[in-house]
Amino acid sequence: MAAALPLAVLGLLLLGPGGRGHAEPPRDTLREELVITPLPSGDVAATFQFRTRWDSDLQREEGLSVLLKADRLFHTSYHSQAVHIRPVCRNARCTSISWELRQTLSVVYDAFVTGQGKKDWSLFRMFSRTLTEPCPLASESRVYVDITGHNQDNETLEVNPPPTTTYQDVTLGTRKTYAVYDLLDAAVINNSRNLNLQLKWRSPPEHEAPPAPFLHAQRYVSGYGLQSGELNTLLYNTHPYRAFPVLLLDTVPWYLRLYVHTLTITSKGKENKPSYVHYQPAQDRLQPHLLEMLIQLPANSATKVSIQFERALLKWTEYTPDPNHGFYVSPSVLSALVPSMVAAKPVDWEESPLFRSLYPVSDSSSYFVRLYTEPLLVNLPTPDFSMPYNVICLTCTVVAVCYGSFYNLLTRTFHIEEPSTGGLAKRLANLIRRARGVPPL
Amino acid sequence: MGLLSDPVRRRALARLVLRLNAPLCVLSYVAGIAWFLALAFPPLTQRTYMSENAMGSTMVEEQFAGGDRARGLARDFAAHRRKSGALPVAWLERTMRSVGLEVYTQSFSRRLPFPDETHERYMVSGTNVYGILRAPRAASTESLVLTVPCGPDSTNSQAVGLLLALAAHFRGQIYWAKDIIFLVTEQDLLGTEAWLEAYHDVNVTGMQSSPLQGRAGAIQAAVALELSSDVVTSLDVAVEGLNGQLPNLDLLNLFQTFCQKGGLLCTLQGKLQPQDWTSVDGPLQGLQTLLLMVLQQASGRPHGPHGLFLRYRVEALTIRGINSFRQYKYDLVAVGKALEGAFRKLNHLLERLHQSYFFYLLPALARFVSIGLYMPAAGFLLLVLGLKALELWMQLHEAGVGPEEPRGASGPSPPVLPAQSVGLASLVAPLLISQAMGLALYILPVLGQHVATQHFPVAEAEAVVLTLLAIYAAGLALPHSTQRVVSAQAPDRGWMALKLVALIYLALQLACITLTNFSLGFLLAATMVPAAALTTPCGPRPLYAALLVLTSPAATLLGSLFLWRELQEAPLSLAEGWQLFLAALAQGVLEHHTYGALLFPLLALGLYPCWLLFWNVLFWK
Repeated sequence: MAAALPLAVLGLLLLGPGGRGHAEPPRDTLREELVITPLPSGDVAATFQFRTRWDSDLQREEGLSVLLKADRLFHTSYHSQAVHIRPVCRNARCTSISWELRQTLSVVYDAFVTGQGKKDWSLFRMFSRTLTEPCPLASESRVYVDITGHNQDNETLEVNPPPTTTYQDVTLGTRKTYAVYDLLDAAVINNSRNLNLQLKWRSPPEHEAPPAPFLHAQRYVSGYGLQSGELNTLLYNTHPYRAFPVLLLDTVPWYLRLYVHTLTITSKGKENKPSYVHYQPAQDRLQPHLLEMLIQLPANSATKVSIQFERALLKWTEYTPDPNHGFYVSPSVLSALVPSMVAAKPVDWEESPLFRSLYPVSDSSSYFVRLYTEPLLVNLPTPDFSMPYNVICLTCTVVAVCYGSFYNLLTRTFHIEEPSTGGLAKRLANLIRRARGVPPL
Repeated sequence: MGLLSDPVRRRALARLVLRLNAPLCVLSYVAGIAWFLALAFPPLTQRTYMSENAMGSTMVEEQFAGGDRARGLARDFAAHRRKSGALPVAWLERTMRSVGLEVYTQSFSRRLPFPDETHERYMVSGTNVYGILRAPRAASTESLVLTVPCGPDSTNSQAVGLLLALAAHFRGQIYWAKDIIFLVTEQDLLGTEAWLEAYHDVNVTGMQSSPLQGRAGAIQAAVALELSSDVVTSLDVAVEGLNGQLPNLDLLNLFQTFCQKGGLLCTLQGKLQPQDWTSVDGPLQGLQTLLLMVLQQASGRPHGPHGLFLRYRVEALTIRGINSFRQYKYDLVAVGKALEGAFRKLNHLLERLHQSYFFYLLPALARFVSIGLYMPAAGFLLLVLGLKALELWMQLHEAGVGPEEPRGASGPSPPVLPAQSVGLASLVAPLLISQAMGLALYILPVLGQHVATQHFPVAEAEAVVLTLLAIYAAGLALPHSTQRVVSAQAPDRGWMALKLVALIYLALQLACITLTNFSLGFLLAATMVPAAALTTPCGPRPLYAALLVLTSPAATLLGSLFLWRELQEAPLSLAEGWQLFLAALAQGVLEHHTYGALLFPLLALGLYPCWLLFWNVLFWK
């Protein structure tokens, strides 16, 4: 029964049983959703998701999309936009398909700047808009607000208007509580003709370092000078008692010549032997280094993965237009199943909110995380492509030529040799040469 | 080259070099000194100009208005500092976090090789606090640094206040493309060194420090700020870094641009900028500034915390607020605006600063002498050594070739004995002994300080300095010890060969030094070259000996100290000069061990043995 339910819902949503050639235009479904999450650092993340199952995009000018005002969106610390298109089955036997278009926009608002140092926020302050009505085409239009710290006495934070329903879920290993505002519910909007969600912290959290996630990483180049250096990746496991493995994938451009024998992995001051290493060496101008390792991170530890490299000299046409900017080295990619604190329940994808799809769950005891470290900027030995460079080249050539001849002169002694008349053969040869008009020997 | 490969003409040329050697040497030396003195005059000095396109044409509008906030924060900082007696780390962390930075701390400790008496410290430990302002929508690949050193003797609280106020102002802006690191270091330069080493994850000087938790990519530029009053009359800018390294000239141009824009009074080496370059007064004033810069650069010590950044190829300079008795004063807003403008322009940088000069001398803020124009001065001085070496070589060589070589009648050379080859073996002993002396000078003072303190009633620092002087002076007795080793055959050829080797050794060393640190190379060449060229075992020995001693590296250091204070218009008495000299010796050794300054090993291992060779030549029997 549990398995049949999603299909039934799907059928309802898709309406219109016919195939492509059906005369009546099939009804679409549009689900739109906004999730607002206060981040531990004090910033506010807002994730919009619009899901359409239809053959063509819909023009949306109302609903949640009124909040998408470009100049506000670009005042943010971070934004990421994604479009996913995939076929979905229309029925159980998958005889016909429908196309699903999912558009995602995630932005992180710098609450410190917009809130003048406070962590409170409201829709108007973030977007300079409020919500007035749901999208007339939407079958579902909801706003979720993460109020995990919220309790009955409103001690820590307060959301206004107070939510009618809440939704509990386990994301990334922790239990979260969301206040749900359904815009299709007349009571939410119709009272005042607009919805301006506000969140106020009653006892504002102290200015202290935000709690660290279980798995985080950092990457940097060490050393100085233009000859050699070291790539370091720091992997932190802050879980108090569980160790877990991490798959580390590094692709390093060929012009950083890695010395694999210098690869060291240390955790808590001891050497940590990776259980699996795959290394594919670089080929000049053809392929980068590929280094893949499975590393066990002990509980509550920092693991340092370091490998030394030497900077190669590029051909002068291979430098990018701004060579002194440096060359980017792509981030390391970390993939891990991080043990969760709370067991997650298996999810019913169609029933649950759209944002659930951002947090894939493999099993109940752990959750999957893929992290990208920061990219690196490495300076290579760069000629100064300018007038002085040419002058230096020319000067070096002249010096080399002068040095050669001076050395030659200094290490050689010269004697004046009296011109000898030579033997008979030579005299004869010279006679012939004179007759031919060729200078004598 | 036909001139040299034709034996007849070659002989004529050789005769010319031999006959005119002395006048040529004098001419070359005078030309070198004159060229150097002419560097401050307009055809050789050029106006500075901004080379970097990203910083040139763009205009920025400064909006910093946090003067009151800066003063308030400075007062708070000073109060907390007085209460705790050290850097108020917790307060700094809290304040930085409240202005919205990502805050980290780093603790470090270092035991100096011997107690530092000028700063009164031996076991040094401290904590650096830094906050990172993350640029929005950027990947933390590049960063800029604003640093304030707090030392035991320089509280710098106004600079900390301004740093925090600037951080608060910068945090509200959205245009940052590079992260900005606000760094407050304890134990002034030692803290900076500890932070830089930890940031680049290297250990150059044996500093013990905790690893950094937060980083922000490759540092593109850094500005160090030193302020100790609420109002300033002028801003002084320091560029000379460790081992005479200089930041890219564009960074200085940038600073100068904002000085002009804000109407600030800016000085270089504490000297006002001459306005009139057409008459003689302006260039003469410029010459003083230039000489001060040369002395500063030659010392090889970082002239501010920025000097340590240069090793990591981070362009950096130090800005000092000076509060003198001048009428017109500027408040912190003016300084803050200049800094804001500079950071916004640095933020525009697409590439590292590389367009402008890395080697230059500054007679004024708006004037510079490029490497191509100052190098001939040193070149002329080194030519003297070359000419002398050539003369000796010819004398040795021709003596070996035979009697058919007609000797110049007025040749200054002494009569040479007929063919007797100089065994290189006879040179090995003096070379080895003087090098060993240099090695002893380098190693023994620090190594033997404990032995010295046990046997003599001196403190460790005194022991180091006195051992240094003792070994240095002991080197003067060297000729008497090497005489027994060197065989007595062909005495003339012996000293000639030794002098030839010494001349070439000196010329090579000076040429190498001049290429990396012109000021040091020129200063050493100007003093050492005449004595080196003149030294012979025949002639007025006491005069030569006095000249050699007066131009030995240590005497040059002493002389430079007097010249430096004279140019700063604070002349020294002899006793003060001697005290300063002893302090400078200790500082030189300390800076080698704490920051990796190269002047001490260079003098001890390179120039002192070379100078001993000349001393050896002088007392050749």
